[in-house]
Amino acid sequence: MAIRVQSQPFDPGVELNALHAANLGIGAVVCFVGYVRDFNEGREVGGMFLEHFPGMTEKALGKIAEEATQRWPLLGIEIIHRIGRLEPGEPIVFVGTTSAHRQAAFDACNFVMDYLKTRAPFWKKEDTAEGPRWVEGRCSDQAAAERWKQQP
Amino acid sequence: MIRVQYFARYREALGLDGEQLSAEFTSLDQLRQHLLARGGVWEVLAEQNLMCARNQELCSLDEPLAAGDEVAFFPTVTGG
Repeated sequence: MAIRVQSQPFDPGVELNALHAANLGIGAVVCFVGYVRDFNEGREVGGMFLEHFPGMTEKALGKIAEEATQRWPLLGIEIIHRIGRLEPGEPIVFVGTTSAHRQAAFDACNFVMDYLKTRAPFWKKEDTAEGPRWVEGRCSDQAAAERWKQQP
Repeated sequence: MIRVQYFARYREALGLDGEQLSAEFTSLDQLRQHLLARGGVWEVLAEQNLMCARNQELCSLDEPLAAGDEVAFFPTVTGG
């Protein structure tokens, strides 16, 4: 289980290969990578700043990863989240899960992202032509996280 | 003594990233009411989707507080 909160960029391909190389019993690797888009909510985005709550961020991500390992038979899990200044096209977040068979890795990766979106203390501030603006939380993210309370 | 931190849009609205409060509060909501009573920019803490944490764990407004706790108020998180 690895949690990294960092301002430096990362290479998703390198992370994926390292997750697999850790254990030859791994039959499935599922990775989600979230990127900075150049357009959001009707405006062009020239980049963003990611604020977080140092200390709580790492704890919150660790707790989410821990819950995923308890719910699914995972062989590995890694979460990387960038902070600070990011440009369009750059990866923001990486969640990688590994297991013997695909379903556990798929579900766990999905779960981690849904919980990260609603429970990890990060805030995005976008740069637009009209000036900087804070990104608002989405109801659809709350709904996505809620569904994991009902199903295993 | 309770340490309070503000993040993101709230930090900007309040022009403050944190403070120490010496008064005693029984719950997080009581502390919030104390801050709301300051009026003006503090109204931001009345927002419906305000989130809060006690000792770096998400919690609800009815969370009890004890001396030495570290509390944080912030808008809906938007990472990922």
